[in-house]
Amino acid sequence: MSDPIPVPTDHPGQVASATPPAPGRSRRRLGDRGLAVAFISPALLLLLGMSVFPLLWALYLSFTDYSATRGGPARFVGFGNYTAILTSAQVHQRALTTLIYVVGAVALQTVLGFAIAYLISRRTHGRGLLTTLFLVPMMLSPVVVGLFWRFMLDAQFGVVNSMLGSLGLGQVEWLTRQRTALVSLIMVDTWQWTPFIMLIALAGLTAVPRYLYEAASIDRASEWFRFRTITLPLVWPLLLIAVLFRAIEAFRLFDLVYILTSGGPGVSTETLSFHVYKVAFLGFNTGTASAYGILMVLVVIVLTQLYLRYLNKLKED
Amino acid sequence: MAVSVDEAVAAGPAPDPRPPARRSGGRGRGRSALEVALLTVLAVVMLFPVLWMIETSIKENRDVYAVPAEFFGFTVTLDHFRDVFVASGGGRSALSGSFLNSVVVAGVSTVLATVLGVPAAWAYSRFTLKAKKDQLFFVLSTRFMPPVVVVVPIFLMYRQVGLIDTKLGLILIYAAFNVPFTIWMMKGFVDEVPAEYEDAAMLDGYTRLQAFWKFTLPLLLPGIAATAVFALIFSWNEFVFAIFLTSSDSVRTAPPAIAGLIGGTTVDWGLVAAASVVFALPVLVFAYLVRRHLVAGVTLGAVRR
Repeated sequence: MSDPIPVPTDHPGQVASATPPAPGRSRRRLGDRGLAVAFISPALLLLLGMSVFPLLWALYLSFTDYSATRGGPARFVGFGNYTAILTSAQVHQRALTTLIYVVGAVALQTVLGFAIAYLISRRTHGRGLLTTLFLVPMMLSPVVVGLFWRFMLDAQFGVVNSMLGSLGLGQVEWLTRQRTALVSLIMVDTWQWTPFIMLIALAGLTAVPRYLYEAASIDRASEWFRFRTITLPLVWPLLLIAVLFRAIEAFRLFDLVYILTSGGPGVSTETLSFHVYKVAFLGFNTGTASAYGILMVLVVIVLTQLYLRYLNKLKED
Repeated sequence: MAVSVDEAVAAGPAPDPRPPARRSGGRGRGRSALEVALLTVLAVVMLFPVLWMIETSIKENRDVYAVPAEFFGFTVTLDHFRDVFVASGGGRSALSGSFLNSVVVAGVSTVLATVLGVPAAWAYSRFTLKAKKDQLFFVLSTRFMPPVVVVVPIFLMYRQVGLIDTKLGLILIYAAFNVPFTIWMMKGFVDEVPAEYEDAAMLDGYTRLQAFWKFTLPLLLPGIAATAVFALIFSWNEFVFAIFLTSSDSVRTAPPAIAGLIGGTTVDWGLVAAASVVFALPVLVFAYLVRRHLVAGVTLGAVRR
């Protein structure tokens, strides 16, 4: 690597002794502040330009009836968009779908992920291999995951129905029936993100000090008692962070819905994120979509605050 | 926090919570066998879709659509993989072009995010700044924005400045998307390098910048590499911005291009599978390389190891 910064000399010690200490220090303090600004501002500028500015623009648009296709001047409508969204039965329906999806998927992932982590943590051999294998789904792109499950869940030639058939069970129209479509979505999301919970839970489990178990076994504590009083309380904070993180991610999920079901059949898998997309890009009600988006961002900010609060608590311990 | 998956990943001898005396009991062995069986079932369920994808990618079309599904004994063919790269009339396929676009967009945006994020992380770690916590919260919160919400104003903004359907547009948004992650993850790495190294260097006459460049940066290189790999994976897999901000084949990255394969009335699932395998391969290799930092990586660096 080339070094563009001129290094004073091969014997820096001599230079230091040659510099009078007092001016050197004051210059350095000034330099520190300048350096901090110089190092941080480019990153912050990019974030301001690509996140804050668009968001402020969306905030402005959310008070207008602007449409991206119609163009023309935006008319100010006050809180009209917001009241329309908050009182819309459609939006309530989407919110319920999103809630079912987020709660269902995250709960399932947490139980499964923790169970797998617990089982792996009790193994002596092959833990590295097992962990690595279990992590594969998480690394795949949502597009790949969505497409592939769409193929596997196909009602006619999908392998899932094929296996159900060979077990003597009936066929299920996974993606084309209202109720099973949402179940499928939860299932696929669980498949992809259980490894995430597993990874975090495993990190927590490996960090539980062994002497606690040894002390408990001297007291002849039962396995369940040990799990309840040692393992769970120590892993819980980390697990909660993983749950919160997943909840935020699931709440803003879009790509998997788009690929797997496109919100259908009907509107049975239309989450809030997908509905915003429809309002913005199919209905071209940019103003309404912006207000909708701002409301979603507010929810995310509340969730992020919770996430950070737990994180700080964890770091203090 | 002394949380670590290193042991779990390194396949070393694991601390067994149970004392040896209990293990020798028949009940313990029975339970252990049950646990192994459970783990095996779970592993098979988790890995089956990936295996099925790979299997489909090397099947002939009539085997792909066979009912009931064929698990073994099909004819192996590499035709689908050829179709991923070679167009039907010869020459390069559109799909291979999109792979190339993905390489460029993911690569450049990662470099940009690293160049912007690493110095910022260092500054956040070393200096006492006004409202540092608020700044860091702001930085992280931009990462949690629902992409579909941000994409609407970004779309309007790009249309205004002519960045719609350009690689530069995608690179900029991905860099902005990765800077928060880079700052949060790198701050953890910088925190682990003692500030005293820089102090000592400055006593020797180096300026603060030189001390950073000559002494801290080399120590950060492994961390930078790990962070960059995660940023690369995020950009590589990203779909929402890619599909809404690009339209032409010469700009489009692989995720929307692969998704585009299912647009027609009939879907060539063999081709989809082969494209997915090719697309997923680099990610899996990269993920393997950074397996030690997975916890930090997937939690945006907020939880260290």
